[in-house]
Parts: sequence; C-alpha cells; structure tokens
Amino acid sequence: MRKVFGFISGLVFGLGLILAGMTDPRKVKAFLDLAGAWDPSLAMVMGGAIALGVVVFARAAKRQRSWTGDPMEIPTVRVIDRRLVAGGILFGVGWGIGGFCPGPALVALGSGMPEAGVFVAAMLAGMVLHDRFLARR
Amino acid sequence: MNIAWSQFTPWASLAGGLVIGLATALFLFGNGRIAGIAGIVASPLRAVMAGSSLRPDVSRLLFIAGLMLAPWLWRAAAPWPAAAVDVGTAGLVVAGLLVGVGVRMGNGCTSGHGVCGLSRFSMRSLVNVLAFMGAGFATVFVLRHLT
Repeated sequence: MRKVFGFISGLVFGLGLILAGMTDPRKVKAFLDLAGAWDPSLAMVMGGAIALGVVVFARAAKRQRSWTGDPMEIPTVRVIDRRLVAGGILFGVGWGIGGFCPGPALVALGSGMPEAGVFVAAMLAGMVLHDRFLARR
Repeated sequence: MNIAWSQFTPWASLAGGLVIGLATALFLFGNGRIAGIAGIVASPLRAVMAGSSLRPDVSRLLFIAGLMLAPWLWRAAAPWPAAAVDVGTAGLVVAGLLVGVGVRMGNGCTSGHGVCGLSRFSMRSLVNVLAFMGAGFATVFVLRHLT
C-alpha cells in the first residue's frame, strides 16, 4: 500500500501543478517579475495548497501512525542557520534564471519537454555535488 | 505595480493549489511523509550514489514516476498547456545546478518548505521561503530590467 500511496500522491501532485499552470516556466517567471507585467497566479497556488495544508497538518499532528502503519515523520528540526538561508538564496537564483523548481521540472520532463531534461540532469548533478562536497560535516 | 490580467488564472491556480494540498494529504496520511519534492528526489539519489549499502525507497521512486506520468493522464482528457523556457542550454544548466545545490543545502524547496512548512507554521521554513522568494524576485529583476 505504501507504494500505491506514493504513486497516487505523485500523480495527483503532478495534475495539480499542471492545472495550476506551474509547468510553464514563463508563467513562473511572470510571477517573479514584480517590476514587469506581474502574474500573481503562483500566489493563488500557494494560497490554495496552504489553506488545505493547514487543516491537513493540524489533523496529522494528532496521529502516531500513517494509514499504512508507518510512524508519522513530520520534521522536528527548528534550526535557523546560515545554510538554511544560503540554500534558499541559491535555490531562488536558479529558480529565477530557469523558471523551474523541482516538482514542475519533473512533470515537464515527463511531458517530453527537452529543456526540462537539461534542467533536471543539472539539478541531480547539483544535489550530488552538494552531498559530496558541501554537506555539513 | 502592473498586473498582467490577461495572464492571471486565479481559479485554475487556486484549484491546482487545492489539488496539490490533496496530494500532500495523501502522502502524509498514507505514508507518514512530507511531500517535499527535493527530499523525495534526493533520498533515492543518495541511495543510488552510495551503491549497494543503501536501498532506494520504492514509494518515493513511485511518487516521482507519478509526477512524470501526470502529463500523460492529463493529455488523455485535455490539451497540454503551452510551456516554454526563455533561457538557453547554458542558462538551464546553471539554473539546475543552483537549484540542486540550494534545495539540498536549505533542505527543501517550494513544496517541502513552501507548502508543507508554511502549513505547519514552521519558522525555519518561513525563513527559507523568504530567502528563495526574495532571491527569485531579485534575479528576475536583474535579468529583465538591469541587463
């Protein structure tokens, strides 16, 4: 059942991203372009997801185990450090250049968009690069 | 501020956001995990890079498969929405590297810190979201209006 939930969650997540318009990097960049012709759509995506998410996480916090019997793994880390901020900044610069963040890039790759393949390959390389050379020791 | 009303898709984007929230709920209640894409990708990737000592979590790999198959299900019912990038290959490589390093260093992306973190009122996630949003706004400003 864990596998089924994994697959269905990914599928539904992807459909949500497509419906939201987030698989078009131009639309994402139009949201980030405050000084240009600004498209506020991404704020609606976050608003919708978080409105439901608040209820979901409040209910999940009361559970000990998931439906499939695994312990609930809700993050407990509260550390706010330089890596958290620097990581966010690096991610944001890359997001601003390409208009892709990880989820929409994978959906776009699945749709057969060659540019998404280039981005995802570089993103995976970046993750490996970080874990090899930049991870906290 | 100049709002691009012709591009603005409030209802589709709100509905899409709710569907993303639903997927987050399914993964959280179903498997007890946060639907953070950066982590879902990084964890099996780490296992693969480590060789045989770590086994990739199949449910995460299937989450990624679901994401990548979503366009096919979509196209069975509706036309694929137009999508394009406005940078070349070199730009995409730089963007991908920065996103890959950044989401690992900051331990999350738009889904993990953005949707999940903000939904549980995590101050740590809020700090990360403000950093990547601010950097995203600044980067597009520099690229479109200063160069």
